[in-house]
Amino acid sequence: MQRALVIDPGKCTGCKQCELACSYVKEGAFNPSKSRIRVFDFHQNARFVPYTCTQCDEAWCQQACPTNAITTDAFGVKNVNDNLCVGCKVCTIACPFGTVNYNVATGKVIKCDLCGGDPACASACPTDAIAYTDVEQAGFDKMQAWAQKTDAGALQA
Amino acid sequence: MKSCKCGLNGVKLSMVDPHHVIIGAGPAGVTAAETLRKHDANARITIIGEEPEAPYSRMAIPYLLEGDIQEAGTHLRTDAEHFNSLDINVSRERVGTVMAGQKRLKLENGNDVEFDKLLIATGSSPIKPPIDGMDLPGVHNCWTLADARKINDLAVSGSNVVLLGAGFIGSIILEALASKGVNLTVVEMGDRMVPRMLDETAGNMLKSWCEERGIRILTSTKVTEVVEATGGLHVVTDGGERLPAKLFVVAAGVKPNYGFLASSGIEVGSGVHVDNHMQTNVPGIYAAGDVAEARDLSTGGYDVLAIQPVAVEHGYTAAMNMAGHPTEHRGSLNMNVLDTVGLISSSFGSWMGVDGGTRGTLADQSGYRYIRLEFDDDRLVGGQAVGLTENIGIMRGLIQTGLPLGSWKDKLIAAPERLAEAYIATAHGISHA
Repeated sequence: MQRALVIDPGKCTGCKQCELACSYVKEGAFNPSKSRIRVFDFHQNARFVPYTCTQCDEAWCQQACPTNAITTDAFGVKNVNDNLCVGCKVCTIACPFGTVNYNVATGKVIKCDLCGGDPACASACPTDAIAYTDVEQAGFDKMQAWAQKTDAGALQA
Repeated sequence: MKSCKCGLNGVKLSMVDPHHVIIGAGPAGVTAAETLRKHDANARITIIGEEPEAPYSRMAIPYLLEGDIQEAGTHLRTDAEHFNSLDINVSRERVGTVMAGQKRLKLENGNDVEFDKLLIATGSSPIKPPIDGMDLPGVHNCWTLADARKINDLAVSGSNVVLLGAGFIGSIILEALASKGVNLTVVEMGDRMVPRMLDETAGNMLKSWCEERGIRILTSTKVTEVVEATGGLHVVTDGGERLPAKLFVVAAGVKPNYGFLASSGIEVGSGVHVDNHMQTNVPGIYAAGDVAEARDLSTGGYDVLAIQPVAVEHGYTAAMNMAGHPTEHRGSLNMNVLDTVGLISSSFGSWMGVDGGTRGTLADQSGYRYIRLEFDDDRLVGGQAVGLTENIGIMRGLIQTGLPLGSWKDKLIAAPERLAEAYIATAHGISHA
């Protein structure tokens, strides 16, 4: 069974615990600017939207990588292999969600890898706005549908 | 579509698995071969590539020059047994001619290869500018692994190197040469760096960034000849300068490799022309990657978009159609990302704008930050950025989906740096912020 981050912006209070948890676990610093999940703050609407990689089926980043540095594991997670990444950044422009980013400090790209199956953002979220659950759960379908709208090659029925 | 060979009177004698032949072992060809295997377990699949190496990525060559990776790091697939394990035959030959009607290729070694479906994924080659002295020792392209080995031998720290061309490929090579500590002079005939990727403001930002780092950039300048001189070469410019060079690297653009199709009956425009199923005018013959003149998402027209992600899209789509799964190519988006000695720039789609469109720009010259967005009605159609990398792929997402931005368009014209916010808000139906 594939599991995924299911994000419900309606439950997000904008506390940004997820950003702190992510940056601490992945980069060793409580620094939201280094987080792989980002909470967009629409304060005039009192709306907050946590945003990160959906591990989309299209795997734009993986397809675009010229050195095979991005691979999909058995759980559907797209992982960056730092030993193979040359830092060319093509994946950062190929991902139509903008969720692969270049890390100047390492010269490699970084993206959400679901912390190897125990995502720190979901554990840190106090309101269940970010849940790590089966992909069949509501919400994920919508994100996937959104992902498919960006597809360049459409399979004809 | 049928793979059977039919005997006399049209009686089927036997079913034979189709032979898919792919000319070219770059990203388009390799993606196509893998896609074909995924959708047809029994087909015979042959990749014919002319270089003696394992299929590799030209894009990785600059990182090889910088010493970040070894040659194996340029390989498109890391596992040496990858192609064997998929029963994909990779043959190192050069194709002489295509006899389209007979479904047959003639190799330069004289042998014939029969095919049921053919994919032309022969990529492109460097343009040799019409300048005297281009055959002298010390003059090199930077296109193949063989070129990279020669450049590595000559580009030693402290030596004089002249680079012709500050286009996209030239600028990537610039970065690699600069990292080797050479005395670098770049000669570009355009009025700025990467004139086909960035506007004047951005292209000149890149130039002054490089100049601040000790790289000499001569724009609006042509090389008139290259002559032998003591200890190497002199590169002569139309400004009358004689630039000493141990190595002269030529990056004057590329052209699609379709010369071998001259008498084949396959239609060629700026590249091998294909329809929205990546098929040429000859049924059963397809084209993909740098060599293909295929649909451009931005213009709706047909053009050559010689970039890696497009090669992969083309290769995938062509292979789906070759495998008998009709798949439409909606069009590819032109986009590039460049790291110029630490200054990162990118551009997408119609970055120069469209007739009747509107624009939002934000420029910080001394801070080396720039963003310019181009709209048609309330949809993003193009964009470019310097010094901004966070969530940059969203430019592609917005252009490719044609998402109506509604009230966010005016917000973006006033503050283009809010692009990611606009995307998330629009996708979540948040209109006032």
